[in-house]
Amino acid sequence: LSMPPEIPKEDDRPKWDNKFQYILSCIGFAVGLGNVWRFPYLCQIHGGGAFLIPYFIALLFEGIPLLHLELALGQCLRKGSISAWNTISPYLGGVGVGSWMVSVLVSLYYNTVLTWVMWYFINSFQEPLPWSVCPLNENRTGLNEECYESTAVNYFWYRKTLNITPDVTESGTLQWWLILCLAACWAIVYLCTIRGIETTGKAIYVTAIFPYLVLTIFLIHGLSLPGATDGLAYLFTPNLSTLKNPRVWLDAATQIFFSLSLAFGGLIAFSSYNPPKNDCEKDAVTVAIVNSMTSLYASIPVFSVLGFKATTGYWDCLDRNIISIINEFDLPEESIMRQNYTAWISFLNSSYPEKIAGLKLKSCDLQEFLDQSVSGTGLAFIIFTQAIILMPGSQAWAILFFIMLFSLGLSSMFGNIEGVFTPLLELRIISKSIPKELLSGIICLICFLIALCFTLGSGSYWIDIFDSYAGSLPLLVIAFFEVIGVAYVYKIKRFNKDVKWMTGRKPNLYWQITWRFISPLLLLIVFVAFVTLQIQKSPSYAAWNPKHEGFPMKEEKVYPPWVLAICVLLAVLPCVFVPLVALFHLIKRMCRSKDPSFVPPEVFSCQGANS
Amino acid sequence: YAWDANEEYLFKAMVAFAMRKYSSKSTTQISNVLLCNVTDRVSFWFVVTDSPKNVTTVPGSEVEAAIRMNRNRINSAFLLSDKTLQFLKITSTLSPPVESSTPVWLIVFGVVLCLVVAGIVFLVVGGIQKRKKKNKASTERENLEEKGEVTVTVENGVPCEALDLKAGHINGVFAADDERFTSL
Repeated sequence: LSMPPEIPKEDDRPKWDNKFQYILSCIGFAVGLGNVWRFPYLCQIHGGGAFLIPYFIALLFEGIPLLHLELALGQCLRKGSISAWNTISPYLGGVGVGSWMVSVLVSLYYNTVLTWVMWYFINSFQEPLPWSVCPLNENRTGLNEECYESTAVNYFWYRKTLNITPDVTESGTLQWWLILCLAACWAIVYLCTIRGIETTGKAIYVTAIFPYLVLTIFLIHGLSLPGATDGLAYLFTPNLSTLKNPRVWLDAATQIFFSLSLAFGGLIAFSSYNPPKNDCEKDAVTVAIVNSMTSLYASIPVFSVLGFKATTGYWDCLDRNIISIINEFDLPEESIMRQNYTAWISFLNSSYPEKIAGLKLKSCDLQEFLDQSVSGTGLAFIIFTQAIILMPGSQAWAILFFIMLFSLGLSSMFGNIEGVFTPLLELRIISKSIPKELLSGIICLICFLIALCFTLGSGSYWIDIFDSYAGSLPLLVIAFFEVIGVAYVYKIKRFNKDVKWMTGRKPNLYWQITWRFISPLLLLIVFVAFVTLQIQKSPSYAAWNPKHEGFPMKEEKVYPPWVLAICVLLAVLPCVFVPLVALFHLIKRMCRSKDPSFVPPEVFSCQGANS
Repeated sequence: YAWDANEEYLFKAMVAFAMRKYSSKSTTQISNVLLCNVTDRVSFWFVVTDSPKNVTTVPGSEVEAAIRMNRNRINSAFLLSDKTLQFLKITSTLSPPVESSTPVWLIVFGVVLCLVVAGIVFLVVGGIQKRKKKNKASTERENLEEKGEVTVTVENGVPCEALDLKAGHINGVFAADDERFTSL
């Protein structure tokens, strides 16, 4: 009798069911909430169609090369981010730890945004929608004051959802409804990531494809709304003079970078489950192009709806003025219409200027309504919800919209959690006997408990802080060291050989130039510009304070010193691991070099690991 | 619809109806309601007089109260709403928004949570079962391997395999000796 043959190590590692699942996971990770609520805003404020020029230049010279680098790295080394960078060079191990740290920090606050989406989703099943009417005040004589002075939509967001405190230092209490939704969100994340890519691979079919369906539905409906063409024209009319402003180029570079979810370690984790001989070059180009096309595709319904909202607001303004004029001058009904409003106004102003002045008419300007541009949560939870109330069948539109946002965010969460999960599985600290389900359960539970901080009254201020400091600067640093590490420490010639072994052809001149020179240079410039801009303006935030004189405008406040310290900590913590680990290994090597029995480790190669 | 004398008549009738209901005086007639200053805008002033002689007018507060009480009926008579049929100085009372006993969102949340927990339990139990099956299969395999690894049985210090256990084979010497014995 003979023993069964030795099982090769590859079979232990989970695999994607098929290539499509892998591509879909990468696309789902890259396509997130930012494609819907940040890109259209940037297009709008940076001169419409003209913004596409710096955007595509950044995509070509920064996005695609870095994406190809990460995918090739993961596929070749077949390990998560920490082990992969340790394998490339022990001095670069800090890069892996840094990206793991960023994934942890981002997972914490990203799911809280999904909590808000879920809260709106479960509130969309009512008639009328709760953000369309103001509640009454205590003695039922009028509307709630805070709601009356701002709008019902603002009131629902700031009071009923966030129950926001007027200051970041006032923590307020835990909001129980948000805790319930947070628990549900983390339960959903756990359900989908319970066995790693085995389960996310199945879930991604729904969460990655569904948003496109909903976007198409919104596109068709949005284009049929009145005022849609105004919104689209406003969005896409190119204003080439904005290209002179370096801020535009910086925004384009950072948008491409953060949109592709680079330097999180999630992409490395995803591609590490690939078979080694896979064309990662084509994958990288595909994912990057699909991501950018999705941004463009999403901006069309967003701006149709925004145009519709602006037009409706403009018409309401006109109608109110018309009613007051008709009442004042006792003119017959329908004598003044929106079309001849300007003619009538000029006529009446010349004949009875005192009466017109006495009416205190508000000046209605469509451009002013279109100019109200918001990005981020304001776009989704205030502007868009207001537009949805105006559409017939608002419940259905609200439900569709929030499920779409939830799917977009969930597929990005898969990548974040995978970036946390895969390196932990490979660390020797975690014993092999712990089942995967338990490990993912522990991760989700710990994240849920920490994320409870974000359900406090001041939670949304903290999420802004995390987003601006933990989810931005460290990524630039890590990506810079990634490119430098592969190009100059691992040596680009070895990398070329590895990629050639995997894809069957040597990377062409474009890749060589971008990996060696252009991408690192670009990242350095972006980093320096980013830091300079951050330092120039003292960090401030806009607080929602009902007792403020300028209410409903937000109150500009400055962060207190201890909050600033936390901001700096968040930005520096992931980056500090890069020099720390390098220093640690340097010291270890200096101690070991005195030891004569020390044998230097083998030079690693992609083919060697897989043959 | 166009505003003409018939509509004015209906309006007078509604106001008289409101006065009758409010003060329970069944003496108010349509002729007691007087309209004046009718404009193209369709706005006018009206007063309600006390007696058939049309001398004294009912105080404005009474008229206001009467109309406020029957606002709904007046609105429906003209197929208008509080916004489109405005009585100056009479503000509409606000109706509180309908609130169900259990908030709807809690129900939806319960449904979502139940589905998710059911999914998690299903997957975890499935994982445990798979692991049990894998353990059972691997222990069976281990048992087979043990049998294959034949334990060496020993007899009198000599391993049995060394002894030829197949069958006794005839030792020619003894067989030959048998013939020397005499048969009985």
